[in-house]
Amino acid sequence: MDFNMTLIGQTVAMIIFVWFTMKYIWPHLDNAITERQDKIREGLDAADKSQLDLELAKKSAAETMRDAKEKAAELLDQAKKRHSEIVDSAKDDARAEADKIKLGAQAEIEQEVHRAREELRKQVSVLAVAGAEKILQRSIDASAQADILDSLVAEL
Amino acid sequence: MSEQTSSGYIKHHLQNLQFCSTEQGWAFNTTENPKLCKENFSTFNVDSLFFSVLLGAIFLFMFRRAAKKATTGVPGKFQAFVELVIDFVGTNVKDTFHGKNKMIAPLGLTIFMWVYLMNIMDLIPVDWIPGLAHAIGIPFLKVVPSTDVNVTFAMSLSVFILIIFYSIKVKGIKGFSKELTLNPFNHWAAIPVNLILEGAALLAKPISLSLRLFGNMYAGELIYILIALMGLYQIPLHFGWSLLHVLVTFLQAFIFMMLTVVYLSLAHEDH
Repeated sequence: MDFNMTLIGQTVAMIIFVWFTMKYIWPHLDNAITERQDKIREGLDAADKSQLDLELAKKSAAETMRDAKEKAAELLDQAKKRHSEIVDSAKDDARAEADKIKLGAQAEIEQEVHRAREELRKQVSVLAVAGAEKILQRSIDASAQADILDSLVAEL
Repeated sequence: MSEQTSSGYIKHHLQNLQFCSTEQGWAFNTTENPKLCKENFSTFNVDSLFFSVLLGAIFLFMFRRAAKKATTGVPGKFQAFVELVIDFVGTNVKDTFHGKNKMIAPLGLTIFMWVYLMNIMDLIPVDWIPGLAHAIGIPFLKVVPSTDVNVTFAMSLSVFILIIFYSIKVKGIKGFSKELTLNPFNHWAAIPVNLILEGAALLAKPISLSLRLFGNMYAGELIYILIALMGLYQIPLHFGWSLLHVLVTFLQAFIFMMLTVVYLSLAHEDH
């Protein structure tokens, strides 16, 4: 054990070193560490929160998708219904139109038949008059016997 | 070193390079007169002072560089290492010391790193640096400053002064003297006994602190020197002893720091 001035020198060195550490080293690094810890904590919190948000967003997206599907199905049903309605009404319309046309045609045909019959009657009456003329071999006033002819024609 | 005897080799390795005031003025001790400065209080152990201040400066330089570049973002590897040490010391201090003293943690860090750096000097093979020094004409060189009793006592006495300073600051002179005289027996008649017990306990703190470190490192260095005398067999032995000393150097530095913090924490506690 040989104590000497080294003791004093070493003490002075230690005081300076501790002072330097206290003033220029410890606060900087300690602050940096503390601040980074805060940052990391915030980051982790944010990550947790965003994960939660993501889950919520996924849920709402799924909900929206389901709604959309439902709506689409509904629309499809409506469209189908509407389609069959349109087809039915078109069929009805077409049938009505066809009936109308048929009726018109029949009326026309009947008219035509009627006219033809009238014509025929007239010609027959003319023929009958001519025949009667020939049979009577004399001139007969056609107009004087018109009522007889008319009643003949009506009998035909 | 073949011209030396074993005891000469050991003595040579345990001799500090000293500088002191003699009757012929200031002088270094020499190979011819190694004991020139023995029992002379003006002596400076040049090697202890040089290496301890050098190691302390390396510590300050490294940590200052990290402190300057410290960012709150992603740390570099060097910064991460420095912050690991800071966090290690800071956690231990926070667990032990509950007061609000901004000096304790930096003090702990300085003691830990400085003592650790001084201790790991003993992992450098014992002849390397002294051999180099011998080649350029320096007769003696002890490279492990913590094997110098002056160095360890300088630190423990500084801690002792801080213990007394904070005891008086926190408890007041009255409180501190009460603690010394009325503990453990709270009766006026027991004051002398209490004073002896408490005084011994108080003085034991710096002495145990410094002698523990000194004893461990001195004995460790001595065994390195003995192993170095063993010729070829020294290689596995050196390896084994170094392996142990990797632990011892760290442990001693840690113990010195922790006990400093504990003692100062006790000094801050008001009973």
